[in-house]
Amino acid sequence: MAQKESTFLNMTLTLFLVTLIAATILGFIYDLTKGDIALAKQKAQKEAIESVLPAFDTLGDSYKVLPEDATDSLEFFPAYDANQQLVGIAVKTFTKDGFSGLISIMAGLAPDGTVTGFEVLEHKETPGLGAKMNTWFKDESKPGQNIIGKSPATSKFEVSKDGGDVDAITASTITSRAFLDAIVRAYNTYKNNPDQQEISTNQLNEGGQS
Amino acid sequence: MNQMKNFTKGFIKENPVFVLLLGMCPTLGVTSSAINGLGMGLATTFVLLMSNIVISAIKNVIPSKVKIPSFIVVIASLVTVVELVMQAYLPALYKSLGLFIPLIVVNCIVLGRAEAFASKNTLVSSAIDGLGMGLGFAFALTLLGAAREFLGSGKIFDIAIFPEDYGMLLFVLAPGAFIVLGYLIALINRMNKA
Repeated sequence: MAQKESTFLNMTLTLFLVTLIAATILGFIYDLTKGDIALAKQKAQKEAIESVLPAFDTLGDSYKVLPEDATDSLEFFPAYDANQQLVGIAVKTFTKDGFSGLISIMAGLAPDGTVTGFEVLEHKETPGLGAKMNTWFKDESKPGQNIIGKSPATSKFEVSKDGGDVDAITASTITSRAFLDAIVRAYNTYKNNPDQQEISTNQLNEGGQS
Repeated sequence: MNQMKNFTKGFIKENPVFVLLLGMCPTLGVTSSAINGLGMGLATTFVLLMSNIVISAIKNVIPSKVKIPSFIVVIASLVTVVELVMQAYLPALYKSLGLFIPLIVVNCIVLGRAEAFASKNTLVSSAIDGLGMGLGFAFALTLLGAAREFLGSGKIFDIAIFPEDYGMLLFVLAPGAFIVLGYLIALINRMNKA
C-alpha cells in the first residue's frame, strides 16, 4: 500500500480518526478499570488502618475534622470491637513541613491518645535519609526513637535536639520534625474536637474498665 | 537470523541507555533501586512493543506531514492504558512508579523507535525491535538501579549484602545516578570496541 499524500483533506481526516479511535479506546479502558481502581484505593486505605490499630471488629463511619492550625482537614476512622466499643481511631494526618513538602501519614491512636501505630502513605523525602521514617519511629529495639506505645500527653513529641523525647533520624532532623508534627496534629485534633470528645468519652466510660 | 539481530541489538550494541543515550529522564529518576528500575523498564517495554506494532500497522495510512502528531497520540493513549491498568491491578508498583509512568510519553526511545524503525519496517520486525529495545532499556535500568542500591544502601532487590550503615548515600541521590551511569557507559563502550 502506498503512502497517503499529505493533502489538507487527508491530514485532517487522519488526525480526526486517530484521535477519535484513541479517545474511544481510552474511554472504554477508563470505564473498565474505574471500579477496580476505587477498590484498590479502598483496600490500600483499609490495610493501612488495620496495620496501625489493634485488632478490631468493625470500622465506624469516617468523618473529617479541620484542625485549628491548618487549612486541610484530617480524616478520622473510628474502629470498634464486637461490643461496639471504641478500640482506637485511625487518623489520616499530614504535614507540609517535610524536607520535600507534603507527608501523609495514617496514625493509629488508642482512645486515650496513645500511639498504637502509623504508616506513611505518601512522601517525597530523600531515599536513604528521610524516607527511613516509616521504620525508624517504630523500631522496638531502640526506645529512644520508637514512638509506638507512647502518648503526646506523657512524653514530649519533639526531636531531642529541640528538647523533646524522640531521637531524630540521623541526618534528617527536618523530616523527623515534620513527622512528629503530623502525629501531634492528629493527637491534638483528636483531643480538641468537642464532637469527637463526646463520642469518645462515652465509649471510654463503657470500654475503659475492661 | 536478521530478526535475531533486530532483537539483540537493543541489549548491547544499540542499547537505548548506554549507547543511544535516549530517555535519560526516567533513567536517572527511577533507578534509586533495582526493583524500581525493573518496573519502569518493563512498563516502557510494553509501551514500546505496542506502539511499534500499532505504528507499523498504520504507517501507510498516515500522511507524512502529520506522522509525528499521530504517533504521539498513539503513544500517549498506550501510556494512559498502562497507567490505568497498573493503578487498578498492581497498586503497589503504581505507588512507587506512578510519578514516572506519564513520563514514558515523552521518553525519546518510544518516539525514536516509532520514527526510526516502525514507520519504515514490517509489523513483525517492528514488534521484535520494540521488544528488544524495551528489554535492553529494562536491562540497563535494572543494572543501574542495582549498582546504585548496592553502593548506596548495601542491598540488591532489597536483599541485604552488607549493613546499610556502611552504604554511600550519595549513590542513592541524584549525583550518584550520574556517576554510576558515566562508569557504565564507559564500560559498555569499551566492551563494544573490543
